[in-house]
Amino acid sequence: MLEVTGLRVAYGGIQAVRGITFHVNQGEMVALIGANGAGKTSTLKALARLLNAAGGSVRYCGKEISRLEPHQLISEGIALVPEGRGVFPRMSIVENLLMGAYSRHDKDGIAADSAHVFSLFPRLKERSQQLAGTLSGGEQQMLAIGRALMSRPKLLLLDEPSMGLAPLMVQKIFEVIRTVADEGMTVLLVEQNAKLALEVSQRGYVMESGEITLTDEAAKLLANPKVREAYLGE
Amino acid sequence: MDIFIQQIINGLVLGSIYALVALGYTMVYGIMGLINFAHGEVVMIGAMVALMVIKLLVNSGLPVFIIILIALAAAVAVCMAVGYSIERIAYRPLRRAPKLAPLITAIGVSIILQNLAMLVWGRNYHAFPPILPTSEHDIFGATITSLQVAIVLIAALMMTGLIILIHRTRLGRAMRATSENPPIAQLMGVNINQIISFTFVIGSALAAVAGLMVSANYSIAHYYMGFMLGLKAFTAAVLGGIGNIAGAVLGGILLGLIESLGAGYIGDLTGGFLGSHYQDIFAFFVLIGVLIFRPSGLIGEKVSERA
Repeated sequence: MLEVTGLRVAYGGIQAVRGITFHVNQGEMVALIGANGAGKTSTLKALARLLNAAGGSVRYCGKEISRLEPHQLISEGIALVPEGRGVFPRMSIVENLLMGAYSRHDKDGIAADSAHVFSLFPRLKERSQQLAGTLSGGEQQMLAIGRALMSRPKLLLLDEPSMGLAPLMVQKIFEVIRTVADEGMTVLLVEQNAKLALEVSQRGYVMESGEITLTDEAAKLLANPKVREAYLGE
Repeated sequence: MDIFIQQIINGLVLGSIYALVALGYTMVYGIMGLINFAHGEVVMIGAMVALMVIKLLVNSGLPVFIIILIALAAAVAVCMAVGYSIERIAYRPLRRAPKLAPLITAIGVSIILQNLAMLVWGRNYHAFPPILPTSEHDIFGATITSLQVAIVLIAALMMTGLIILIHRTRLGRAMRATSENPPIAQLMGVNINQIISFTFVIGSALAAVAGLMVSANYSIAHYYMGFMLGLKAFTAAVLGGIGNIAGAVLGGILLGLIESLGAGYIGDLTGGFLGSHYQDIFAFFVLIGVLIFRPSGLIGEKVSERA
């Protein structure tokens, strides 16, 4: 579904991503793990067209998307839940969800999907008229994921959904991510929390200083001594 | 007491006009952090176009109401086109430039438009043809003309419409989302360039209406009228809290009142040393005062140094 070949991202003269190649199959959840500064977020931003790639190709459903405008991706079926959540703080929960559905015009479908999001995150429903800026970090993460789902994406890109959250909240968020994946969503998950990410994914890629150094089935990566030492703190 | 009420009425009329213009400043600032100093010139162009159309049609035998409506439509159309072009030609190429570049460009655009207007319409003052009904109404010993009533009502109507647009529609949501976080708004599928163009077009339409109001109210228009009006409306936007829609309305009306009351009493206050033609100083006292004591404006949020 997503095929990334030789992707490079540079900030000025500094290469953050040095020609990486990976793919995500339809219906699969793939984890991209690595330490802070390994280039994971730059990779996602380049996929979402928030950054210009310095080279390489990104093919999605057979179509080259690395030259699209950022606002065109969502109608292709790609939604990004950005690092740091990026909810609109001065808009209510409902309005944030409606922004997620901005590219759609089917009123009934939008209503049905927001009901679905509220069933995934009952806590959001209780506060639907509250401004997003007044929510806790975990609630904002729920909202960011819910908002991304509102576009009815085919491919969901998640950037560090566990960042800065209490363990209990992380668990809740990951339960929902798992649920969404089980419903058939294709997910690319970028995480520093390697254990968590690999536990919910089918396959994984390990990124180090802008390069992919290791790839395998998630369960095998979890058992890999190198990974255990470097990312699981053993 | 009569003077007091009269000045309150004058202030409300003036303030309604300031508010309409201030909305243009504040919307553009809210969306892209730019102070569009050329906005006053758009008001001037609106006034000039409307006046030209009225002069053209004044002997046509059409009813006054229709003439005004045609003039207004022409002014709105021209101003929308001008506003769109300003953004497209002058500001869009500078989207990624440091904030100072578009700011200086804005001043340049303002000078260019002034000079173009001078070439087209000349350096003279143009009198507004006396076609409007001059009926006056008494309120508590003060007088208000039908024109003044119309100005306040139309301004109120347009501001209500704008607030509904921004808070109740899909387009308004996209505008607010862009103003809060442009990259994330893009992720949602918002075409930022379209939203910015739209913001300029709407602001310019309000400016065109304000232009007709000013020239009708003072019975005069000239190529230089946008400069001072623009500065004052900018002051009004800062007073209310720039970037804040309700703030622009509040700031505009307050500034109108301050100026009118100031002009009414400045003679008494200074023992006749300064006359009412010094009314312009009040706007700038207000601007300096706000910048020193409450830079975020009356109902604005604290914003970090942006321009």
